[in-house]
Amino acid sequence: MSSAESQDSAIQSIEQLLAHALAMEVEAVERYETLADQMETHNNREVAALFRKLAEIEKLHVDNVNDISAGHTLPHIAPWEYAWQAPESPEAPSMSADGIHYMMHPYHAIAMALEGERRGVAFYDRLTAQSEREDVRKLAAELCETEREHVTLLEAWLSRFQPPPKDWNEDPDPPLLQG
Amino acid sequence: MDATSTCPSYSARDYKSEVKPVWCPGCGDYSVLGSITKALAELSIPPENVALVSGIGCSSRLPAYTNVFGFHGVHGRALPIATGIKVSRPELTVIASGGDGDGFSIGGNHFMHACRRNVDMTYIVMDNEVYGMTKGQASPTTAPDWEKSKLTPQGTGINPFHPLVIALAAGANFIARGFSGDQNGTAQLITEAIRHPGFSFVQLLSPCVTFRPEQRDWKDMVHLAAVDPTDDPARAARRLMTDDGFNVGVLFRGSRKPFQPDRRVSVDSVADLEKEFVL
Repeated sequence: MSSAESQDSAIQSIEQLLAHALAMEVEAVERYETLADQMETHNNREVAALFRKLAEIEKLHVDNVNDISAGHTLPHIAPWEYAWQAPESPEAPSMSADGIHYMMHPYHAIAMALEGERRGVAFYDRLTAQSEREDVRKLAAELCETEREHVTLLEAWLSRFQPPPKDWNEDPDPPLLQG
Repeated sequence: MDATSTCPSYSARDYKSEVKPVWCPGCGDYSVLGSITKALAELSIPPENVALVSGIGCSSRLPAYTNVFGFHGVHGRALPIATGIKVSRPELTVIASGGDGDGFSIGGNHFMHACRRNVDMTYIVMDNEVYGMTKGQASPTTAPDWEKSKLTPQGTGINPFHPLVIALAAGANFIARGFSGDQNGTAQLITEAIRHPGFSFVQLLSPCVTFRPEQRDWKDMVHLAAVDPTDDPARAARRLMTDDGFNVGVLFRGSRKPFQPDRRVSVDSVADLEKEFVL
């Protein structure tokens, strides 16, 4: 079964959709907080503040999903059983080696967040277009609209920054390979 | 008002401490920390019923970053400490963790005998094929032609240690490999490893972005093992003969009974034992 088919078949109710939406936002908050901590530890304060702000924004999304979920009993889903189209939840910035660097610029952080929001839009878009259930389609469309607003916001944000120079990760005092 | 939920009693966050990791940004160990805490939440084990033991190295800092009982031991000795905890407190969930240098070089002998004893615990090795904390020397799993270290300018010229082969040959009861870049898949492997009785070994490919930046490419190299897990050691061994080092998933689920000494058996006191050595 393809991941796209698995998404369609796994989200068959409002509760399942809300469980996915909540997990997506909670994961994003935790990832941004961790990235902010990493950048603080490595004295990249500008990017740390940016990640902290992104975490705060995602917390508002968590509140929003919690508000919508009032009165519903959400199912428990194991981390590896969510119907994402990739191993990770769509909005979560990558924790792995890709894209994360102690000298990264705000431009990189916003671009990373923008990619996450676009993946979130794609996730809900697909459900809106293809779910067999009308109530799921309707809620997915609402959630998608919120994500779209954030895409627009981040695009505007990104346009304020110049792309970093090619040698942005050249460290004049690099970690030394010794031994 | 929050929604009611059928979720487990604990969240991954409940297993994290207030101490912030000092690993390099991009290090795979961040993700492994996330996988372990997700697995513990999934298993709903109260934090006070978990003991996490490590040796020395970047990845061995893990106990400080968790909110369970932790023991940051001496180099290579996580497994004997973890073994002692488990046999004296069998009700605890015991996890040992560390890196490839700690676990396969200095602690290599303990690794073999922990597999052989089959005490019910889980050993997680974050393998980046380098000694990172001491700034980049070849470890037991480093390829023989890696020439970046001044200590081995022409490479070690020595075949690397194959942890899964050793674990299987020495008798580990559960053997798996994962990739830190797949946090949820790794959480599943760790959950299964903890649930499986006996000694469970999980090798996690966890890139060192500082001293092995080429490992950023691992995300494109790992692939799910094409075959299901087996309970037949001979079949598992045959699979390892064609392993490219990037197969991820569960290789082996054994059924050997875990070793757990009967604590009700009376033993001589230390003083009695010492009498035998009196000259």
